[in-house]
Amino acid sequence: MDTFLIHLLNALLYASVLFLIAGGLSLIYGVMRIVNLAHGNVYAVGAYATAWSVGRVLGGGQPSPALYLLLPVGAVAAAALGAVIEPTLLRPLYKRAEEYQLLITFGLLLILEDLLRFIWGPYPLSASSLFEALGSLTIGESVYPSYNLVVIVVGAIAAAALWAFIYKTKFGVILRATSQNMRMASALGVNVKRIYLQAFTLGCFMAGLGGAIIVPQQGAVLGMGVDALILAFVVVVIGGLGSLEGALLGALMVGVVREFGIAFFPEVELAVLYFMAAVVLLIRPAGLFGHV
Amino acid sequence: MSSIPASPKRALLSAIPIAVILFFLPLLVAPYQVTLLAYGLIFAIAALGFNLLLGYTGLLSFGHSAYFGLGAYAVAFIVKYLEITSMEVFLLGGVLASAAVAALFGFLCVRYTRIFFGILTLALSQVLWSLAFKFYWVTGGTDGLRVPTPSLMGVRNPAGEDKMIFLAHRYYYYVLVIFLVGASVMWVIVHSPFGKALQAIRDNETRAEFVGVQVWRYRWVAFLVSGIYTGLAGTLWVPLNGLTTPDILHWTFSGKIVFFTVLGGFQTFTGPIIGGVVYNYLETYAVGHTVYWQMVLGVVLVLLVLVLPAGIAGTANRLILKLRREA
Repeated sequence: MDTFLIHLLNALLYASVLFLIAGGLSLIYGVMRIVNLAHGNVYAVGAYATAWSVGRVLGGGQPSPALYLLLPVGAVAAAALGAVIEPTLLRPLYKRAEEYQLLITFGLLLILEDLLRFIWGPYPLSASSLFEALGSLTIGESVYPSYNLVVIVVGAIAAAALWAFIYKTKFGVILRATSQNMRMASALGVNVKRIYLQAFTLGCFMAGLGGAIIVPQQGAVLGMGVDALILAFVVVVIGGLGSLEGALLGALMVGVVREFGIAFFPEVELAVLYFMAAVVLLIRPAGLFGHV
Repeated sequence: MSSIPASPKRALLSAIPIAVILFFLPLLVAPYQVTLLAYGLIFAIAALGFNLLLGYTGLLSFGHSAYFGLGAYAVAFIVKYLEITSMEVFLLGGVLASAAVAALFGFLCVRYTRIFFGILTLALSQVLWSLAFKFYWVTGGTDGLRVPTPSLMGVRNPAGEDKMIFLAHRYYYYVLVIFLVGASVMWVIVHSPFGKALQAIRDNETRAEFVGVQVWRYRWVAFLVSGIYTGLAGTLWVPLNGLTTPDILHWTFSGKIVFFTVLGGFQTFTGPIIGGVVYNYLETYAVGHTVYWQMVLGVVLVLLVLVLPAGIAGTANRLILKLRREA
């Protein structure tokens, strides 16, 4: 029973980070109809920025609770990156075929991958002091790191906040209107340019937050973005591109399958995930919650 | 596609000088340069196949690494389990493997278009990647599988001969012949009624359907041919590289195939060929000069999309037409 509970918590841990990444990806697609192949790298930027700032402030000393305030640094860095990318690289392409939009984000993926190497070097960064400082708790006869629970809680809060933001605020209404019919929204006086910028920045903020909260637990390595992107793809394909409920459900499913996959069928764990995505696409091309 | 009219005579007239140059090049340049060109021609075969889908049928696949990798791994398995090193057997195995999987994946994928097609092809190719990655006792995992120098048309490489000499001479000509045949066949395909039907589907699916084109079947056959070409390229690539690793199955390799096709210009027949060759030089040069070679490639791609979306061949065509009009 204890092992089952621990597996379940791990699944939730994966799911909350995945939701943050995939939710951002889905939000961007939902509003702008762009599949951002560089989204995984934005997540990596969040992880690196947080790890770097924690290392900077800590400087070999004892971790203090104030260090946890540095977690959002990654999210803010990622959001700033998004706010630069959208107007400079994506805006000129909205009227062009979607092949070009995919290609430019692929180019961006290559650039960001090396930019991380350029800024932070080829070696992994870690912020494990934040992870270790919280200690662990005992579940039955097993030990479980407390920090993992923090990640799960942050993921849950982020999901709730996003839901409230999209469905309970005026900005959310405008965002959804633009997503449903960009021309109509524009005709009704919505500044679509600004909405696109905000949506892209918000999506990047979420990915960066995902990277920032997981980095104390896993560290930041080169290549983490590309791996995360593919998992986020699986999530949004299952849940439906452009749907946040779908991203939540998809993240939970992928989290559970991954965790139990690693435990029980490690050889085909990844294959099963991609296969799940392919099957969902075949049966419901728009995903479980998506609309074509 | 291209606004320069395509007649078999004119195509031959422009192809023959290039073929002659490619034929005599090994006599003029260093062996290393020849092997680089061999890589380029192989990428060109892959891009020709890929472009049958993107340029002619209007489907952007982000999973063509699957067929390239299948071609390569089929060869590696033939060496590992059958202990055969005949290039003709390699070609047969590589083409059959990529054809079988392209037929299956294509059957599933062609029901969708646009972004869903792209993501589905990507997801399916990642299934293969993760299998190659995880079943290390079969595939060697990230270490990959080694492939020795093959015998060409039953002729073994004399023992003690430098591998570089072999690759830069006999193997280069082997690749060149297959490339020329492959490019000619592709030219015939895209100018045949079948190719015209594909272009009709690309331009207006509904109209094509009403004219009596069975859209999904045409797309499926195009997918199959496309997969076979890319598989053929993978098969030719692996003896040259000497090693196959899961990297060539990963979706980022599919991205590279898209990259070089767009670099050359996907709206022309010659574009993918130029793109494959130029991309290979570009990547080799960037890797040789900086650890930040991905950034170089990324910047080139971004600039390409923003400034030269028609690619090298497309832009050249436009310039030629403009000059003609002014003359």
